Amino acid sequence: MATVELTFSALPAHVRTARLVATAIARRTGVEESLLDEVRLAVGEACSRAVEAHRAHCPGEPIRIELRDDAGRFEVTVSDHAPSEEIQQEKPLDLGMLSDSFMTDFGLAVISGLADDVEVLPTPKGTDIRMSWPAGKGVPTS
Amino acid sequence: MDLKLDHHNEDRLTIVEVEGEIDVYTAPRLRELLIDLVNKGNFHLLVNMEKVDFLDSTGLGVLVGGLKRVRAHDGSLELVCTQERILKIFRITGLTKVFGIYASVDEAKEAHGKDK
Repeated sequence: MATVELTFSALPAHVRTARLVATAIARRTGVEESLLDEVRLAVGEACSRAVEAHRAHCPGEPIRIELRDDAGRFEVTVSDHAPSEEIQQEKPLDLGMLSDSFMTDFGLAVISGLADDVEVLPTPKGTDIRMSWPAGKGVPTS
Repeated sequence: MDLKLDHHNEDRLTIVEVEGEIDVYTAPRLRELLIDLVNKGNFHLLVNMEKVDFLDSTGLGVLVGGLKRVRAHDGSLELVCTQERILKIFRITGLTKVFGIYASVDEAKEAHGKDK
């Protein structure tokens, strides 16, 4: 059951708002305090990636986030409408191979390192990044 | 919280004080500062991240970009950071092997002095 859906235009300034909303919902859903930083960063990374992709391919299209309390897990799905690109997760140990554009792949590496469970799913319209964390007894939302 | 930036020189070292959140929105300001410092001949940079509340991969990209620029002039870009939540991002991405990371400005200055 979706508890919160958020759409925002592809502007970097809105990523912070998305982070704050996700953190607030995670806390309310019962995600442990020690995991909230990870939720904040992972959701921020997914939203940053979506914003950059939309700015490159479809700046007028909004980005959508769904935040769910699903059977004891807090699940976040960030959906973009930009063309899917091959996903790379190489280990960035050689400074020569690091460029600012390469950092886009860092985002996925960070998400993978932070979220308890991650799926990157190409969709007909773009990409869904689905992340989840264990949730305890949260404050009822209804 | 927004991003606050300041810098000052101590001997050959330029200390960049960063406070707040470094993300896709604010990172361009840090990038501009680092580029400006390098363009003005400051090739040994120490970025103090003790007051950074949030850092994402965009911020990492800016720091790596700065490191590449100073290295082109045989310079250095090192960090001061003891916050576990920030250090964790460097570890996940393997960048602990790329940056010198110190526990305090004094420790970094001492290490830098030995390298002279």
